[in-house]
Amino acid sequence: MISRRDFLQVSMAASALVGASGFGNWARLAAQQALTQDQLLEFETFGNISLIHVTDIHGQLKPIYFREPEINLGVGDNRGKVPHITGADFRKAYGIADGSPSAYALTYDDFSSLARTYGRVGGMDRVATVVNAIRADRPDALLLDGGDTWHGSYTCYHTAGQDMVNVMNALKPDAMTFHWEFTLGSDRVNEIVEGLPFAALGQNIFDAEWDEPAELFKPYKFFDRGGAKIAVIGQAFPYMPIANPRWMFPEYSFGIRDENMQAMVDEVRAQGADVVVVLSHNGFDVDKKMAGKVQGIDVILSGHTHDALPEPVLVGKTHIIASGSNGKFVSRVDLDVRDGQMMGLRHKLIPIFSDLIAPDPAMTALIEEQRAPYAADLAEVIGQTDSLLYRRGNFNGTWDDLICDALISEREADIAMSPGVRWGPSLIPGDDITREDIWNVTSMSYGQAYRTEMTGEFIKVILEDVADNIFNPDPYYQQGGDMVRIGGMGYRIDINKPQGERISEMTLLKTGEAIDPAKTYVVAGWASVNEGTEGPMIWDVVESHIRKQGTVTVNPNNSVKVVGA
Amino acid sequence: MDFTRRETFGLALGAAALTVLPFRANAAAEDRIAEFTGGADMAEGGVTLTAPEIAENGNTVPIEVSAPGASAIMVLAMGNPEPGVATFNFGPLAASQAASTRIRLAGTQDVVAIAKMADGSFAKATATVKVTIGGCGG
Repeated sequence: MISRRDFLQVSMAASALVGASGFGNWARLAAQQALTQDQLLEFETFGNISLIHVTDIHGQLKPIYFREPEINLGVGDNRGKVPHITGADFRKAYGIADGSPSAYALTYDDFSSLARTYGRVGGMDRVATVVNAIRADRPDALLLDGGDTWHGSYTCYHTAGQDMVNVMNALKPDAMTFHWEFTLGSDRVNEIVEGLPFAALGQNIFDAEWDEPAELFKPYKFFDRGGAKIAVIGQAFPYMPIANPRWMFPEYSFGIRDENMQAMVDEVRAQGADVVVVLSHNGFDVDKKMAGKVQGIDVILSGHTHDALPEPVLVGKTHIIASGSNGKFVSRVDLDVRDGQMMGLRHKLIPIFSDLIAPDPAMTALIEEQRAPYAADLAEVIGQTDSLLYRRGNFNGTWDDLICDALISEREADIAMSPGVRWGPSLIPGDDITREDIWNVTSMSYGQAYRTEMTGEFIKVILEDVADNIFNPDPYYQQGGDMVRIGGMGYRIDINKPQGERISEMTLLKTGEAIDPAKTYVVAGWASVNEGTEGPMIWDVVESHIRKQGTVTVNPNNSVKVVGA
Repeated sequence: MDFTRRETFGLALGAAALTVLPFRANAAAEDRIAEFTGGADMAEGGVTLTAPEIAENGNTVPIEVSAPGASAIMVLAMGNPEPGVATFNFGPLAASQAASTRIRLAGTQDVVAIAKMADGSFAKATATVKVTIGGCGG
């Protein structure tokens, strides 16, 4: 007799085969110019339940380019483990051919030329086509949104998230959890959530005053699908009041609260859940650790750290699924749930190649309706780029190099700081830079570009503090962003040292002199979590800078020396 | 000292007062433990200390302690200038031996809960609570 454990491994192997053969075929078929929507969606329906996972869309309604990171270092137990492998190592781990559509979708190398070959990705009208196709296979499939949806674009900012709410409501999710949504301010979040036609979940969303579960957000919801009882438990981003401005949502408290997660799992099991799914905005490494501590979760749909993985990662009996960001991927997860337990799982990470997947006409119309009032502002060309502009990477990206240049020149600063967020699409050399493109990498509700004086000692304190939020060996102390990007200053970082000892050799680039701890420097930055921060909006600063440049060229950034990778 | 690091990010006021090293346990904390336990060994397990991994606000960090069968639970913030937080005493009629409160932490440090059990033995639990400037998540 085959045990449950053996069965899961068999079916994991089977799902890996689906993945591998799918990817191999894409490469060959693309070479024959024969890759089609049907092949992208090809999936042998399995078991009795389908989950559809989208996450971290960050307001991207239209197709975009999105370059995956070259540098994405893991520390401690996660050193060298997925998702902390990139480029050729990633392709080797998953059997992906160089130059194939999967190589383009999942790795960074040769991005500009592959982008010209394979085109843009994402677009919520293409996502709608994929969701509809899965629902045609399995009408009662559950659509689950991992959050970071109502943030990240010109239209999202100007409608306070309403454009995304309208589009997502039309897509009819069954449940959602949250992160950047809260930066709309608690009044606006409450207003939207009160009218939401689907479940707003977060077992770790608490009332800050009473330290009790917040009334508006339920910890979990049951769904009866395929003859089984599915419990979906929400897990919002744990560190919202720390990574984002607490003053914008002072009524709420978060945290990982894994002891409460265990209590919720036990509670839904006691109420007869056949399968337990966690819709999470923890970030991948936090989810891995949580899966090892909390017993009884079958599937974690993981968001926040923007990783896209073609196969689930198994921790104990928990399958963790990572579905990328910016509308670039949709994950389909089919489950075989019988006799009160999950017997098997089949998974496919579907890249949304916008030239291959036909847009859903109703959704296209709805998207255009959201954009129409702002069409002229969105489309205005501010400049051009000669360089690939991207954001992802632990230490820098060309978009942030450009933003730091803009801060130094427009705000007359010695040193610039740009936050290590992971959202924001890419542009390829030769592209126009429109106002929409600038907003796609800067839009937020606290975008003031401050100008201030800091001592060398304090700059080091900031770098050490942020570095520990990424490279603390315990994932529970990581916040899931990247290192603060620095313009005008170089430094050396030893990622394996403890906080206070990672950063050294801080150098002011314009003079080549060592940063003096006692001396004061003029620093410009944006996205301060501090209430009352003053300054022009960052998108205006960047627009003014690009206008003056006309055509932008970003030189390679060699000012961060990384040790211990 | 007032905890001002978070507030200074972006404005850099009072930067000189900052330090980046975790606050070390001070001798006063060890003295308090010795006084409470009389130098007896402390078992791991038997007392549960629930605290956030990263404080949302170092000025008011919610914590919870629970030790079924305890007659008293002492809570210490090991790195605070004055490490004593509270000692909860439970009489024989107490329905449960648990308590929750909020504490102020001067910086990243260990919070320790020591339970005195009914048989005179002691149990200890430790949680590291990080106090951070914050940054930006994905």
